[in-house]
Amino acid sequence: MAEQTLRAWLLTDTPTSRRHAKLSALYQGWLAFRANTMAMIGLGILLALVLIAAAAPLLAPHDPYVQDLGNRLAPLGSEGHILGTDSLGRDILSRLIYGARITLYIVALVAMIAPIVGLLVGTVSGYVGGWVDIVLMRITDIFLAFPRLVLALAFVAALGAGIENAVIAISLTAWPPYARIARAETLTIRSSDYISAIKLQGAGGLRIITKHIWPLCVSSLIVRVTLDMAGIILAAAGLGFLGLGAQPPSPEWGAMISEGRRFILDHWWVATMPGLAIFTVSLAFNLLGDGLRDVLDPKAGE
Amino acid sequence: MMDTLLDVENLWVRFPTRQGVFDAVRGVSFTLGRERLGIVGESGSGKSMTGRAILRLIRSPGIVEADHIKLDGVDLLQKSEKEMREVRGERISMVMQDPKFSLNPVMTIGDQIIEAYRLHNKASKSEAWGKALEMLEAVSIRNPERVMRAYPHEMSGGMGQRIMIAMMLIPNPEILIADEPTSALDVSVQRQVLDIMDKLVKERGMGLIFISHDLNLVADFCDRVLIMYAGRIVEVCDADKLHDAQHPYTRGLLNSLPRLDAPRARLDVLSRDPEWSEAPSVSGRI
Amino acid sequence: MSMLEIEGLNVWFGRDRDRVDAVKQASFNVGAGESFGLVGESGSGKSTILRAITGLAPTWSGRIAVGGMAIGRSRPKQFYKKVQMVFQDPYASLHPRHSVDAVLGETLHLHGFNDIDARVVKLLDDVGLGQKFRFRYPHQLSGGQRQRVAIARALAPEPELLLLDEPTSALDVSVQAEILNLLADLRQEHGLTYLMVSHDLSVVGHMCDRLAVMKDGEIVEIMDVAALRAMQATHPYSQHLLQASV
Repeated sequence: MAEQTLRAWLLTDTPTSRRHAKLSALYQGWLAFRANTMAMIGLGILLALVLIAAAAPLLAPHDPYVQDLGNRLAPLGSEGHILGTDSLGRDILSRLIYGARITLYIVALVAMIAPIVGLLVGTVSGYVGGWVDIVLMRITDIFLAFPRLVLALAFVAALGAGIENAVIAISLTAWPPYARIARAETLTIRSSDYISAIKLQGAGGLRIITKHIWPLCVSSLIVRVTLDMAGIILAAAGLGFLGLGAQPPSPEWGAMISEGRRFILDHWWVATMPGLAIFTVSLAFNLLGDGLRDVLDPKAGE
Repeated sequence: MMDTLLDVENLWVRFPTRQGVFDAVRGVSFTLGRERLGIVGESGSGKSMTGRAILRLIRSPGIVEADHIKLDGVDLLQKSEKEMREVRGERISMVMQDPKFSLNPVMTIGDQIIEAYRLHNKASKSEAWGKALEMLEAVSIRNPERVMRAYPHEMSGGMGQRIMIAMMLIPNPEILIADEPTSALDVSVQRQVLDIMDKLVKERGMGLIFISHDLNLVADFCDRVLIMYAGRIVEVCDADKLHDAQHPYTRGLLNSLPRLDAPRARLDVLSRDPEWSEAPSVSGRI
Repeated sequence: MSMLEIEGLNVWFGRDRDRVDAVKQASFNVGAGESFGLVGESGSGKSTILRAITGLAPTWSGRIAVGGMAIGRSRPKQFYKKVQMVFQDPYASLHPRHSVDAVLGETLHLHGFNDIDARVVKLLDDVGLGQKFRFRYPHQLSGGQRQRVAIARALAPEPELLLLDEPTSALDVSVQAEILNLLADLRQEHGLTYLMVSHDLSVVGHMCDRLAVMKDGEIVEIMDVAALRAMQATHPYSQHLLQASV
C-alpha cells in the first residue's frame, strides 16, 4: 500500500514542490530505462565491477603481487587458482580483481576530463561564433587530424610512461569529437525561441551557455561518452600492452595481455582471461550507452 | 443515387503506450462518393489518423482495425502490403500539409514528375516530358518549362503544393486525400490552390477527402462535412448548412472564431462536455 | 503620447550580394494603451519589425523610440523591463528542461525582484493557470497552457509594451479564443500597449484598434479597424487581402 502511494506520488502530473518535480522526472526516466533489458544488463555488470573494485581485498583469494615461481602457468581450474596463474605464478583471478580498480580509475579520470573540455570548447565556439569559433574549431581539427593512438603514444613518450600520463594522453585525444557534437547542438539551440526569450530578459552569454545550453548538450554527451568508454578502455589497454601505460607489476588488464602474449600458444588463458574482462566491461558500457540514449535524447523524447 | 467509392465501417486506430492503449480513432464509419467530403476537428481529434488509416499508413506500433474499408467493394484490410502499394498512388493519392517534405530536394521537379509518370505508365522519356508539362499547366503554373528545370527549394509554398497536386493526379486516382493541403500557405494563395483542386476533382469525377481544422474553409469548399471530436464523429452535415450545425461542439467552435463582420468584446470559450467523447460515433454513411 | 515610434526603419540580413532587405522604410506610431496590428503574408517582414525592436535582428537603420527614448545599438537592462515579447510557437519558446517555476523564477531573478515565490504564484494566477501547474515541465502542458506560461514570462518584468508575434497561429480555434480573451483582459488590467503581428485579419480585427498592412517589406497602408470592418481599404493589396480572408 505504501509502495503504491509512493509510486503514485512519483508519477503525478501535478508536482507540489521543486524537489517533487525533480524526483518525478528522475523516476520516469528510470522507468523508461528499466524497460530496456540490455541496458539493465550493462548497468548490472558495471555496478558489479564497482563493487568488485571496492571490495578487492576481501574478494581476491591471493595477493596479486606475490610470485610463486614453482607454480607458474598453472591451467584453469587448478587448485587454489580458478583462473590459473601467470608466468610468475601470480593468481590471475586476483590480478583481474585488482585490475578492475585501475580500469575504473582510468575510466573515471577520462570521463571527467575529455567531455568537460569538449563541452566548454564546443559551446563557447558555437555560441560566440565569429573568430573565436574559427580559432577553436581549427585547433579541434588539428587534434582530429592525428590518428588517436599515435597521438597518445607521442604524448606518453613526451610525458613518460605511467598510468596518469596515459590518462592525460587519452583525454587529450578524446575531447575533439565532444567539442564537435557540443558545437553542432549549440548552433541549433542558439537560434531557438527559448534562447531568444531569455535574451529578452537581459540574460548574458555566460548565463545562457551554462544554464540553458549546457543542460541540453550534456545528455547527448553522456550518451556519447558511455558509448566511447569501450574505446577508451581499449586505448588504455593498448597503451598498457605497448608498455606505455601502467607499469609492471601493476595488474592492469592491457599489460596482463601483453605479458601473456609470449605464452599464447601453449598457455592461452594467461592472455585470454584479461581479454575477456576488457570485452565484458566494454560491452557493458555500450549496452548502457544505448539505453541512456533512449532515455536522455531530447529528440527522441517528444 | 451517387455511387460509393469508399466505404469505411467501424474504423479504430490504436496506439499501445505505457499508460495503456490510446485510441486515436474510435469506431468511425462513413462513405465517400464522387464528392468533396470534409473532415474537420481540432488537433488530436483523429482526423489525420483517419486519412492515414485508409491507406494503412499508420506506423507501428499503431494498429488499424475496422469491420471493413472497401474501395469499390474490395476490402483494403485484406490486401497484402505489396497489393496495398499498388493502391497507394495508383487508386488513392494523398497530399500532405507541407510540400517541402514531400519533394526530393536533390532532383529537379521535372525529373520527379517524369519518374512518377513512368512508374505508372509505359512511356518514353519525351512522351513523359510532354505529359509532365501538361500536368503543370493543368495546375495553373505559368511557365512550366522553367519549373521543370528548377529544384524544390526554388519554389514558393503555393507553387510546391501545386506541384504536389500535379504529381498526385498523374496516375489518375479515384480518390484524393488532402491532409491540411493549404494550412502552410498564405490566404491569397490558399484560394488558388483550392480552385485548382476543385476543378480537377470535378473534371475527373474523383472523390476528395479534405482534412482541415478550418471550419470556414471546409464550409466553403466541401459538399459534406464530418466533425470529429476525440476520435469520434459527433456530427455530419451538408457543408452549406455547417453554420446552422446543431451539436454544441460544432457550435462552440464556430462561436469561438473572431469575425470581422460581427465584432464582440469577448470571444465565446468552448466548454467541453465529457459526454461528447462518450456518445457513440455518428455514422457518415449515405 | 506615443509608446512606440518607428521612423524610416530598414532591416536587412546578409551583406553585399546576399543582402536581403526584409523591411524597407517602415514608419508608424503606437500610442500608449493602444493595440496595433501588423498584417501581411509570410515574408512580408512583419515579424522582422518585432525582432528589430527587441534587438534580435541586429542590422537595422532608422529610428526606434520606446516611451519617447530612442534605442541605440545595445539595449540597457531597463529596456527589457519595458518591452517584452510573446513568440509564435509555444512548443519552441519554452526550454524543454526547465519547469514552469524555473522559467518564471529565472526571469524574475534577472529583473532583480526579491519576492520571487509570491510573484510566481501571482503570475500563474494572472494567466489563469493556477498553482498546480507551477512545477510542471513543458512536455506536461498543452499548447494553450504553454502559451499561457510564455505570456506569464513576458508579464513578469511588468512591461508597458508587449510585442505579440502570431500568438495564436499554432493553436486550435477554441484555444485561440481563450488566449485572445486572456490577452484582452490583461491589457485592461495592466494598461498594456500591444503590437501584434498576425496573418489573420479577423484576429487583428478583434484585438486591435489600428493596423498596418505590409507587403514585401513595405507598409502599404495604415488604417483603423472600423475601416477594416467596413471593407474600406484603399490600397489594392489590402483590398485583395480582405477579400481573401472573408
